[in-house]
Amino acid sequence: MTAASRLTLLAASPALAAILLAVIVGLAPVAAIGIDEGLITGHIVDAYVLRILWFTLLQAGLSTLISLMLAIPVALAFARVDFWGRSLLLRLFALPLALPAIVVILGIVTVYGRTGWLSTLIGNPLNVYGLAGILLAHVFFNLPLATRLLLQQLDGIAPESWRLAAQLDFTQRARFHLIEWPQMRGSLPGIASLIFLLCAASFAVVLTLGGGPSATTLEVGIYQALRFDYDPVRATVLALLQLMLCGLFVLLAGQYAGAMQNWPSLRRTQQRYETLSAGAALGFTLIIVLAGAFVGIPLLAIILSGLFAPFTWPALFSATLTSLLIALPASALSLALAWPLAQASARAASPRWRSLLNLSALLTLIVPPAVLATGWFIAANRAGLALSAAPFLVIAMNALTALPFVLGTLAPSVQQAMAQHDRLCASLGIRGFRRLVLIDLPVLRRPLGLSAAMAFVLSLGDLTAITLFGSQNLVTLPALIYAQMGSYRIDAAAGSALILALFSMAIITLLDRGGARA
Amino acid sequence: MIVLDHIDFRYDDFTADFNFEVARGEFVAVIGPSGSGKSTLLSIIAGFDRVQSGRILLDGKDVTRASPSQRPVTMVFQDNNTFAHLDLWTNVALGISPSLKLTTSEKQSVDKALARTGLKALARRKPGEVSGGERQRVAIARALLRDEPILLLDEPFAALGPALRREMLDLVKDLQTEKDYTVMLVSHHPDDASYAATRTAFVSNGRILAFEPTQQLLKRRDLPELESYI
Repeated sequence: MTAASRLTLLAASPALAAILLAVIVGLAPVAAIGIDEGLITGHIVDAYVLRILWFTLLQAGLSTLISLMLAIPVALAFARVDFWGRSLLLRLFALPLALPAIVVILGIVTVYGRTGWLSTLIGNPLNVYGLAGILLAHVFFNLPLATRLLLQQLDGIAPESWRLAAQLDFTQRARFHLIEWPQMRGSLPGIASLIFLLCAASFAVVLTLGGGPSATTLEVGIYQALRFDYDPVRATVLALLQLMLCGLFVLLAGQYAGAMQNWPSLRRTQQRYETLSAGAALGFTLIIVLAGAFVGIPLLAIILSGLFAPFTWPALFSATLTSLLIALPASALSLALAWPLAQASARAASPRWRSLLNLSALLTLIVPPAVLATGWFIAANRAGLALSAAPFLVIAMNALTALPFVLGTLAPSVQQAMAQHDRLCASLGIRGFRRLVLIDLPVLRRPLGLSAAMAFVLSLGDLTAITLFGSQNLVTLPALIYAQMGSYRIDAAAGSALILALFSMAIITLLDRGGARA
Repeated sequence: MIVLDHIDFRYDDFTADFNFEVARGEFVAVIGPSGSGKSTLLSIIAGFDRVQSGRILLDGKDVTRASPSQRPVTMVFQDNNTFAHLDLWTNVALGISPSLKLTTSEKQSVDKALARTGLKALARRKPGEVSGGERQRVAIARALLRDEPILLLDEPFAALGPALRREMLDLVKDLQTEKDYTVMLVSHHPDDASYAATRTAFVSNGRILAFEPTQQLLKRRDLPELESYI
């Protein structure tokens, strides 16, 4: 290990220690209770727990299957048809995951709910709650994600392959079998794992659209056990199951996690040297129109229903303030943790050290928020701090949740900058604080801003931490929307959602501009 | 035979015009700085790039509006001539039919093409498991199987060392004499041109500045562009 890499590792050790401490404080009570209660003998895995586990697997499996099966034709259509507005539509496809989940869910309810647009249109009230609603929402989130990831794969096809196809007179069938399918096939297990993970750990969708014990997942089950039943033992059992499930899938899908927050590369369609038959062209256009409508209409609903909504100003104002007061320190903390980690990972003496450091950030994906929260909740309760510590716990949890994405954005840029400047700085004797101010901060301004904005948006939209730790005195915008939806004041919720959506969109647009220039 | 009759090509701010003839069975080389339009020239002949005006005649037939597969041409690219998930045998067999439903005699001709290009023992390997030179041999075997009279080579040996490049040029030259193919080789090595081509074109800025017997061209000292290129 070189002196430089040892030094940066030393500098990163407080961040590493903080993350480890957070995870250990979260896991220790969980594990202790688990062992106390004889988890090993399997006594406490009762029918209720099994039913929740089964439903978690069922809804995640079905959501993954439907999303992928629909995304394959949509991606193939996008790869073929170049039209005016194609890049705009692909940008739209990044929105469901970029906007706060609760806002998107409100959009879905506005369209598909009992008194929604579709129910009005067909004159028959639809039921958007339960398994069907959860699947609908998860497909809404993940169909665009899978489409973007598959399209990225298709964009990676060598241009020569299409020239070969033209020269060898490939049919549409042969083009799919020999070129596109082999290119997509390799990425399918990873994409499926990522979607499964997102659906298995999904909190907001199941909390709002799931109903009762028959439609509850582990993540929401933990929350109910903690906040309604005050049953830490049950929460612990659920947390352990969730930990195993998510750990398994993070290992399978970790490399794709970063792609979730990426904006699509807006390349035009590849030159494919083919003329589609009229039928095929019509078919692909229809697929794009349907996919565009599926994604676009609920997003439109957020804006339209928000515009005509009554705004509950005093509550809205204080919730907005609370949201900002939480998101600002959360993104700062996330950045403060990621910066030394990114430097240490850039200077890592060996690939093994580097992957170990990157794993430290992934820890927060492996250990789902609700699991950490369980441990923190118990620990804070024992210390008698449950209420006064709540805002800090929300901030800490948001910072940790954002960490994998922040590090994923920051680390490559830091690594590149280090490789460029290390020798020069060493020979000129620029180091320490001087180097930070003179070299690193100006050079890395853009990726730093980008990752800060990303953490800010994620924290702004957080519903998990705030429902677990929040109270009447601690209400953020998502918590306010959730409360308004819960008390059937959908129109008031629409107004609050529009405010939150505008806030997020403003930052996403900045992020997008920065990303385009970076 | 390749005839480019007052071809005019524009793409963004790049313009090219070409006007020349290559006789059947000739081996010509195209040299010139990168970005000069060498590859564009081959793409125009193969039908990957469409021209704004002028005519393209291949073996006497006007193919100006024809699709790539309708032209009597096989093009070998610098890389990605193979599909990574298919073994070498299958990659070559695609030259007969993309559906890969082959008769016994067609299968035999695949075997023959592989043997002729020295790939017989590697037939069941995937492209990732053989060397770069062997991957390019796949493209040549496929060209042999397609048996189109015009062979366009777009810097296919650029990534290979000098000895291996010679060996591949020998293989192409042998096939060309044996089958009377018309060969057009784009290369950034003037050595390749002097080794294999009877005539060479020097391209600069989308124009052919000289097209004459290779040795004569390489000796010219009156073209500043050629001087600075070599």
